[in-house]
Amino acid sequence: MAHSFEQLFKQYDWQQIKDKIYSSTTADVAFVLSKSKRTIADFLCLLSPAAAPYLERMAQLSQQLTQKRFGKTIQLYAPLYLSNECQNICTYCGFSLDNKIKRKTLSNAEIMIEAMALKAMGLSHVLLVSGEANRTVGVDYFKNAINLLRPHFTHISIEVQPLSSDEYEELKGAGVHTVLVYQETYHQEVYKTYHPKGKKSNFEFRLDTPDRIGQAGLHKIGLGVLLGLEDWRVDSFFNALHIDYLQTTYWQTKYSVSFPRLRPAEGIIEPNFIMEDRDLLQLICAYRIWNEDLEISISTRENEKFRNHIISLGATSMSAASKTNPGGYVVDQQSLEQFETSDERSMQTVRNLIIEAGYDPIMKDWATVYSNT
Amino acid sequence: MNKLQIADKTFASRLLLGTGKFGNLQDMTEAIRISASELVTMALKRIDTNKKEDDLLSALRIPHVNLLPNTSGARHAREAVLAAQLAREALETNWVKLEIHPDPRYLLPDPIETLKATEALAKLGFVVMPYIHADPVLCKRLEDAGTAVVMPLGAPIGSNKGLRTQDFLEIIIEQSNVPVIVDAGIGAPSDASKAMELGADAVLVNTAIAVAQNPIQMAEAFKEAVVAGRKAYKAGLGSVQSVANASSPLTSFLFD
Repeated sequence: MAHSFEQLFKQYDWQQIKDKIYSSTTADVAFVLSKSKRTIADFLCLLSPAAAPYLERMAQLSQQLTQKRFGKTIQLYAPLYLSNECQNICTYCGFSLDNKIKRKTLSNAEIMIEAMALKAMGLSHVLLVSGEANRTVGVDYFKNAINLLRPHFTHISIEVQPLSSDEYEELKGAGVHTVLVYQETYHQEVYKTYHPKGKKSNFEFRLDTPDRIGQAGLHKIGLGVLLGLEDWRVDSFFNALHIDYLQTTYWQTKYSVSFPRLRPAEGIIEPNFIMEDRDLLQLICAYRIWNEDLEISISTRENEKFRNHIISLGATSMSAASKTNPGGYVVDQQSLEQFETSDERSMQTVRNLIIEAGYDPIMKDWATVYSNT
Repeated sequence: MNKLQIADKTFASRLLLGTGKFGNLQDMTEAIRISASELVTMALKRIDTNKKEDDLLSALRIPHVNLLPNTSGARHAREAVLAAQLAREALETNWVKLEIHPDPRYLLPDPIETLKATEALAKLGFVVMPYIHADPVLCKRLEDAGTAVVMPLGAPIGSNKGLRTQDFLEIIIEQSNVPVIVDAGIGAPSDASKAMELGADAVLVNTAIAVAQNPIQMAEAFKEAVVAGRKAYKAGLGSVQSVANASSPLTSFLFD
């Protein structure tokens, strides 16, 4: 058994996995779909171009399995961007250090104003987001923000720079429930070209991050790759391999997966790989059919039409009415944003949409009493 | 039909319902009504105790229906005890369905923490209804700890696989001094009937009703299945014979 994901990861070769995916046959896919329990090798098969003709069948299966495990419910949340200061250069991100635009970090009063705007939408789950600027926006800053927010939100998630295991434990003690960290791409050489400067350019340190979160005993870890940097099929295989490893190693932790597709942002280039809606649907269904317990989160990066339909096809949680800049809800609506959202509809509109689809929009599904130990 | 007695309450219905997974609150309310269930469980984590009138709680204010808060989300005895105390305060009931599942994938109950929490909660005056594996020894230990009922699983929760633990359920039913309520895994009315025919005192159903194409009709089907199964149990089922027994080739010599 591997003692870290890195050990396991090193046993795999990108090109070999790619060849396996592209040589899967329709007969392989048909066999996988007929099974009652599926492995990571089966997931690989469902990612393949050979699975495309089975998309309707996959969608039906995904719907059934999701309803059985999660019911007809969708959890709602929204991000609260704390800061867009960042010491990294990432060629696809609006917060990239080389974007010479004024930066903003929310003060205590500003955090509360933004939080109250989210609370007024009826939310009890908030996702705190920042760039990577350890001196000004480090663990102490986060702890302070969490202390301010804890009386108002039962479920606090964070998506910030990778931290140490001890720091994650500190934040868990402060009341963090979930940590999201995306590898962006599992292609090590390509990773370096997208992340030329800053702490983030260290591929291995990022790859090891979910292990450190797991060791700290967080309730939930969210993973994903940034779709558009490399071949989504191969990247998604490695992302699933990562989840598979974590699930057996840190077995008391829940896992969620997100599917961010590259979106336009200040000063960035076109994606190298285009992922169509039908590809994204195939990917979501493949995850669900492989892993019945995985939470599947859909952000406002996706377009309205896709989001309308994904409610009943495998999603378990959705963000809505999101702003991706610090102060975006009230305080400073014009500050630098991380990326342009695609679905700009209000929380109420999205809630109604979920209800019309026959699903129950869930605003609260956690009690702080379970976050104390 | 004799009534189900748990602690100081009696129930005409032997069907308990879970309230998760429904597509909307109207379906949930209607399903509960038509099922005639008098005891329904809801997760404390879903209830907003700060709000004056929580949506879920309002929808559950149905005549003759008792609320059974559960501790879903707790990973240790200590969290479960705290949650039960919170629920007692918020819902004004000392009944609690004890769920401690540290494994978020299959939501399998932790027997060690469950026993600890049952001991603590019984001492604090709670009516404890623990969700457990179909483990006959654990059931006896829970009895000693002061549990009000035992709630062994038929199959993994939400799996709809039916009574995969039947052999152990039979032992539990045979030995138990407290009501046995089969919880989890019941996927069809026939599974509920079967559990009742085996002599279970009640069953708890959620997924099979909540995600049915027509949850309300399915709730009615379960109600009838539970009644039928209980009647069959009381009437005394004939034993199952694998061969016809017209002749007695081994013993006929005695009568030659």
